[in-house]
Amino acid sequence: MKRRLERAGGQQLGDSSIIKTSVRLLVPFVQLFGLYVIVHGHYSPGGGFQGGVALGASFILLALAYDLKTSIRHFSEGANALLANTGALIYTGVAALCAVMGGLFLDYSALDKLIPLGPIEWRSFGIFLVEVGVGLAVMSIMVSLFWDISSGGEMDEGL
Amino acid sequence: MILNIVSIVLIALGLFFFAVGTLGILRFPDFYTRVQAAGKCDSLAAVLVLIGIAVYNLGDLSLAAVLVSIKILFIAAFVFISSPTATHAITDAALLIGVKPWTKEKNTP
Repeated sequence: MKRRLERAGGQQLGDSSIIKTSVRLLVPFVQLFGLYVIVHGHYSPGGGFQGGVALGASFILLALAYDLKTSIRHFSEGANALLANTGALIYTGVAALCAVMGGLFLDYSALDKLIPLGPIEWRSFGIFLVEVGVGLAVMSIMVSLFWDISSGGEMDEGL
Repeated sequence: MILNIVSIVLIALGLFFFAVGTLGILRFPDFYTRVQAAGKCDSLAAVLVLIGIAVYNLGDLSLAAVLVSIKILFIAAFVFISSPTATHAITDAALLIGVKPWTKEKNTP
């Protein structure tokens, strides 16, 4: 059973307006930084996994400061499952498309036959495509794992 | 030249607060006072060091250097908002769960 901790005014644990306000200030910047890390992954430190973790952490922060219902209202379970599967599909789709177009698995320069940009340009752009897929999948799976673990699989009440 | 002096002063002040805060973490008697020392390290000292680095980076006034300095200032603002919030959350949770503050007389109930 969960122990309810109350303070003097009848507020419950984690129901602090200081934390809520600062989380409301910070979450958009955390998400912007996550997108920056994903998009700049192929020529600076970072990449799909790290950016996806930053994006997922923003929703986890929302669930920690408010409650589980708020984070589900901003990022529904259907959208979560859809984005996770879309990310995996983008990754394997790009990789398999390279094999179909006559290269090896994940050999992006083979995609030059589809849209002629030049093989070197495609090697850079293919990594970007794959990392967008990885970022989407990692973000959704992180948030989904947090929801499941913190509510015991019930999705009704979090930490 | 002036920028160098300003950045040296800022970074030295930040390192001083880091040293004092570390001393506080090691020497203070109970949880709340140690959290206060750690929070002072995280907010004031880290922000001073970051602003000092941002000023030092402005040594050659080109667009790239100014952009990097603005990014460092963004990090400083982020730390300045999030670190006191984290300290507040930890202290609040400790108070609710019943960690007793330290008092000088051990015998008073």
